[in-house]
Amino acid sequence: MVKELFKGGVHPEDKKNYTASTPIEKMPLPQKVVIPMQQHIGAPCELLADVEKIEKGTLVKAGQKLGDNQGFVSAPVHSSISGTVTDIGMYNHPLGVKINAVTIESDGKDEWDESLQPGGNLDELSAEDIRKIVREAGIVGLGGASFPAHVKLSPPEDKPIDVVIINGSECEPYLTGDHRVMLEKPEEILFGLKAMIKALGAERGIIGIEDNKPDALEVMEKMVTEEDNIQVCPLHTKYPQGAEKMLIYATTGRVVPAEGALPLEVGVVNHNVGTAVAVARAIREGKPLVERVITVTGSGIKEPKNLQVRLGTLAAELLDYCGGLKESTAKLVVGGPMMGLAQPTSEIPVIKGTSGILALTKEDVHLVESSPCIRCAKCVDACPVQLMPTLIAQVSEFGDYKKAEKLYALDCFECGCCSYVCPSKIPLTQWIRIAKAEIMKRRKQQGK
Amino acid sequence: MIVISEKLIVSSSPHIRTSESVQSIMFDVLIALFPAALMAVLLFGYRALMIMVLSMVVAMLVEALWLKNRNILGDGSAAVTGLLLAMTLPPVVPWWVVVLGSASAIIIGKQVFGGIGYNIFNPALVGRAILVVSWGGHMAGDIWPMPQPFALTADISAVTGATVLAAPQEALAFSLPEIFIGNIAGSLGETSSLALLIGGIWLAYRGHIDLRIPGGFIGTVFVLGTIFGGGFYENYLLTGLFHVLAGGVMIGAIFMATDMVTTPVTPAGRLIFGIGCGLFTMLIRLWGTYPEGVSFAILMMNAVTPIIDNFTIPQQFGGVKKSA
Repeated sequence: MVKELFKGGVHPEDKKNYTASTPIEKMPLPQKVVIPMQQHIGAPCELLADVEKIEKGTLVKAGQKLGDNQGFVSAPVHSSISGTVTDIGMYNHPLGVKINAVTIESDGKDEWDESLQPGGNLDELSAEDIRKIVREAGIVGLGGASFPAHVKLSPPEDKPIDVVIINGSECEPYLTGDHRVMLEKPEEILFGLKAMIKALGAERGIIGIEDNKPDALEVMEKMVTEEDNIQVCPLHTKYPQGAEKMLIYATTGRVVPAEGALPLEVGVVNHNVGTAVAVARAIREGKPLVERVITVTGSGIKEPKNLQVRLGTLAAELLDYCGGLKESTAKLVVGGPMMGLAQPTSEIPVIKGTSGILALTKEDVHLVESSPCIRCAKCVDACPVQLMPTLIAQVSEFGDYKKAEKLYALDCFECGCCSYVCPSKIPLTQWIRIAKAEIMKRRKQQGK
Repeated sequence: MIVISEKLIVSSSPHIRTSESVQSIMFDVLIALFPAALMAVLLFGYRALMIMVLSMVVAMLVEALWLKNRNILGDGSAAVTGLLLAMTLPPVVPWWVVVLGSASAIIIGKQVFGGIGYNIFNPALVGRAILVVSWGGHMAGDIWPMPQPFALTADISAVTGATVLAAPQEALAFSLPEIFIGNIAGSLGETSSLALLIGGIWLAYRGHIDLRIPGGFIGTVFVLGTIFGGGFYENYLLTGLFHVLAGGVMIGAIFMATDMVTTPVTPAGRLIFGIGCGLFTMLIRLWGTYPEGVSFAILMMNAVTPIIDNFTIPQQFGGVKKSA
């Protein structure tokens, strides 16, 4: 079925065997949760201090809204457990910064906010209703980028959407959460996809799954046999197949224009399988996004697991639940090994975009000195968007950001393929990241 | 709840790296050169082995001394340079010529530019060029020793002849399969296209060479050899093939023109580079002073590599050409 294969990419060892056949386990309620006011791309939430009297000592219920922002590109945050607010203030965030967050001590009762009501029958809901439910539920892209989902469901009128793609490729090594969700919750994924198709007025849906997950392909195929406008599309297993542009190209043959254009330019909207499940739950159960599936894995974890956890659960508590960390653990990463963020501490909360917690032992952490570039061009051949990583890194090192911009540095989406393949172990992605930040800074200064 | 906040390494993604290194690539190149080296010994006897070992040892020693590095093996690139240079030398070259060539390959070809990654020209070919220009009498006369297969200790200078490129009438004495296997006069490692091809397949399999370069190179030689070769070898097409298999085209296309450091990094640039090498090789062969032009063709293309790179930056995914 699949004809198109993007150029470039790499084949890292997938290491999914740690957890690929481990069913999703529901983690017991955490003792406490920390809910950051920003878990999405866009305007941060403001604490509902006045209306809802969210302050120290307030009793909150699971699903109760804690913060919101009326800006369009934003998503509210909710309490994920019932209990007492014990602290409001700056707290560690997986992005490596401190962000205003609400700490809630669990009362162990897991009482839900009574005002939460199912949205009703999908046939009776209008597109606007669905968007509203999705927004109020605080749903963002669960694949990692955390873009507010309702925004993606509200395309401008002159950009009609005909295809909704559900991303089940899960191309990051180690992670298996999406894989398990497809095996265990296929019905919810389908429902979520149908809701998205309806909200967008799209014609058809495609579920893209890498062919290293034959069982998930089979389950989803079976699920959609009776759907005329929904098909499952097997994808070649190659990192970064799950990247938006690569996925759209593989499933539809459409090329999203460069320089920051969105998929809607080519009539496509893309959502992760987890996002589809969240949409289904918001509509059918009225539940806001307060829990998600994450993979706790890696050579440093004693008992790797796929867990369904409440948002705000601290990584430290998760690690405890998975038997703790091995002595030799040297690196803790939130997300996958290719694009995830290394953490200085385990005292960080799971947020909406957290797909996994990865602990790597010393042997798996490649700390080697880089040597001069031998111009092997393996990074050039690996770049999925056909950039020249070695040249961009070189000019970035010398501070020539104008030249970096001419070499299309801004089109890099930091997949990490170039650094991965470099035999000289040059941190190419990092140099390009620096160039990107500097170019953006200059553009801002020039008021562009 | 146990909080871990010490000794955690924080670095920029990606957090995993390929196990491939400069050293492992160089090792792969040495493996790829093994069939050709073996052929050299089988055809030209123990002298071939001595020349190759001497050239490699001198290259490694000179590099280690220059870098004040106790690790003689280093990243393995000096060994590759030494071996490649040896392969381009005639079987009867005096030992001191080998030493001079190998030392200049490392010092003038590579280290004066700043070492690995910074040199403009292929170091082995720089070494060879210096020898051809300065001690040409020892490098390529009209008389070459003929191979004496499996006679490992024979005096190879006993039977001599001309290379098939220098004297086309000689060429007709050999069949193409014979030339392909390499039982002809020539430099140590260049005669056996078969052995070189095996090495090339290994390098391609390991992803260390881009077939655009040897493809462009060999394709151009074949086309120009067919059109302008005069068809002296049975017919025009076979003359084209003769030009591919005779002389240094195969070793040049597979091992020299694919040297990572001195060739373009852009995909289109690599094709242009290969075609350019083929073009200059044939210009020299057909209308130049030397019977063979591979090494100077590659060196010339090395010189224009930065320009080729500059003009062949690919359009990014989804990008459109801006009208300047």
